[in-house]
Amino acid sequence: MTTTDEHAGPAPRTHRLTQLQSLESEAIHILREVVAEFERPVLLFSGGKDSVVMLHLAVKAFWPGPVPFPVLHVDTGHNFPEVLAFRDATVERLGLRLQVARVQDYLDDGRLRERADGTRNQLQTVPLLDAIGRHDAVFGGGRRDEEKARAKERIYSLRDEFGQWDPRNQRPELWNLYNGRHRPGEHVRVFPLSNWTELDVWRYVAAERIALPSLYYAHDREVVARDGMWLAVGPHTQPREGEQVTTRRVRYRTVGDTSCTGAVESDATDVADVVREIAATRLTERGATRADDRASEAAMEDRKKEGYF
Amino acid sequence: MSTLLRLATAGSVDDGKSTLVGRLLYDSKSVLSDQLDAVERVSRDRGLEHADLALLTDGLRAEREQGITIDVAYRYFATARRSFILADCPGHVQYTRNTVTGASTADVVVLLVDARKGLLEQTRRHLAVASLLRVPHVVVAVNKIDLVDFDEATYRALSDQVGAAAVDLGLADVRTLPVSALAGDNVVDRSTRTPWYDGPSLLELLEEIPAAVDPSTEAFRFPVQVVLRPQGAARDERHRDYRAYAGQVASGVVAVGDAVVALPSGRRTTVVGIDTADGELREAFAPQSVALRLADDIDLARGDLLAAVVDAPVPTQDLRATIAWLSDRTLLPGTRVLLKHTTRTVQAVVRDVVGRLDLDTAEIVPAEQLGLNDLGQVQLRLASPVVAEEYVVARRTGAFLLIDPHDGATLAAGMVGEPLAEARCPGRRPAQYAI
Repeated sequence: MTTTDEHAGPAPRTHRLTQLQSLESEAIHILREVVAEFERPVLLFSGGKDSVVMLHLAVKAFWPGPVPFPVLHVDTGHNFPEVLAFRDATVERLGLRLQVARVQDYLDDGRLRERADGTRNQLQTVPLLDAIGRHDAVFGGGRRDEEKARAKERIYSLRDEFGQWDPRNQRPELWNLYNGRHRPGEHVRVFPLSNWTELDVWRYVAAERIALPSLYYAHDREVVARDGMWLAVGPHTQPREGEQVTTRRVRYRTVGDTSCTGAVESDATDVADVVREIAATRLTERGATRADDRASEAAMEDRKKEGYF
Repeated sequence: MSTLLRLATAGSVDDGKSTLVGRLLYDSKSVLSDQLDAVERVSRDRGLEHADLALLTDGLRAEREQGITIDVAYRYFATARRSFILADCPGHVQYTRNTVTGASTADVVVLLVDARKGLLEQTRRHLAVASLLRVPHVVVAVNKIDLVDFDEATYRALSDQVGAAAVDLGLADVRTLPVSALAGDNVVDRSTRTPWYDGPSLLELLEEIPAAVDPSTEAFRFPVQVVLRPQGAARDERHRDYRAYAGQVASGVVAVGDAVVALPSGRRTTVVGIDTADGELREAFAPQSVALRLADDIDLARGDLLAAVVDAPVPTQDLRATIAWLSDRTLLPGTRVLLKHTTRTVQAVVRDVVGRLDLDTAEIVPAEQLGLNDLGQVQLRLASPVVAEEYVVARRTGAFLLIDPHDGATLAAGMVGEPLAEARCPGRRPAQYAI
């Protein structure tokens, strides 16, 4: 496995694209199609690696102009501070418009209630749907290799007015002809990274020297073991009875709600280390780090049907 | 340098397709231990002795309950030499439209045949779909070879039948091999139980197959997606007057200094710059996403096409085409639709249903209407011209969608001309494939 000899930049003169170049070209084509055919696109930006890569591709697709749509963050209120800081710095650097939909606002006025387990990933759907309201296309960083229900989803995923996904009734997606037509109230979720794997994302981060929040690299953190994962101790995750707080060398493979996103033990301090680690791993990123996907065999499918990404 | 190969799998019900895909993923070490744990857990719950590898790809609740594949599932695996995007297509006849979907982007179709059952009607259908969609390569895996005691004669007979069907259907590159998806023979590693077969394993074959058309053998075509004209919003003041046409090269190669023609207007100009965010290029080729700067300030917008001056296609408002009807509504003459071709969408009316394709004989038989999963010939009249080419020579500029103007549903996959008939005519060969 090589990491740095495959640049996603200008192609060599052999008239053949490397795998990363193919994926980049496909994603840029999708981003441009959406901007050309929709009136009010928005890009979901959490500061997580997939959304950072997607935003990087958007910058490239519309260079030398600005990114022609705003970014949206659904804020569960359980954030990693370094990720929020990264989000704000990125928005500032690129001159983007940032919209924030806050789960906390919904909890404060009673539209949502805290779950018994205290996690908030599931609570994102309603604020997300409200925030999507006036947008007709929503870019998400979802990848088909993440999960078996996602493996079935189209690049353009039509959603009804409740944001629901109907897996039995998806439009066939032929060639690179994307059909974005929808009725009033419906919208389209668009996944430009559909065909990327976790390893592709990391190799692209390496090739393009893309900056990511520091928690993607190994650092020492106070954690407790819960549900077979390392959960960071913080304002929203306190040790329960019998749980031992220890300091471990960890990094994050995914970034979500702090109360249900686990860290993995790692010594990967830079991007080359991470690429080596991912190439050799025997666990999927969601299997290793997400409590919310372990609920049942079809947890993701059920959430997507309710309007989740 | 790792390249990307897109493959689609097809087969009849219970041919073991999901098992084969599971085996490819498992034996190429692309299945991670938590995925395998989940499969083993569910298999145990169902009272199965071994892990059911089909559960790796059947991701939807209904699929797992019914034990069948309903929708195209995309899978990703890689070897040291190549990365693969695999579209796992369902086998049921009523899901033929998914096979059409999977085949539309595939470099290779892997078709499964049950060694005990021989060549079924559904196999012929899938071969015809592969031919119709001009999939460059077809691999027929004769599966369950263990259940016929690894018998060479059975394999040879089936292989000959496949070969004859391929000639019938105008398929240029069809290879066969004996496999056992369940036991793993010839899937990743060559089997010792088929000593009479000295060819590569399926994975070895997939690693060696040429990935794509060599762009230098094709004519340059570039559908304009968006005009990049940042004006005052430019991130750098030097780009205030920047104007370029962004798109993905559909076919061929273009170099700075090349003369091009804008279609449908017919205005000629010269490419003076090829830009990406990473810098200027001297030339661009399919399928790169770039932005072209032109010498003249001509009227050019989304939906227009830039083409090489030599043999430029002719814009037309009348199309004779083969379509795969994907909707459960019936297509009747006079139906009004939207036609999406490259980056242009126009109103259209189906003037005439010429006939339906009989997949057994690969001939057009008279028909007045088309139903779900039918392949047929139609005559279309368009409200404004498109720059369409024969699909058999130009996969990207010869393809279109028909869309329901009322609810936006995708009704049909369209291919300009009669690709199946044309593929069978000697002398009309699609572009050459380079290794």
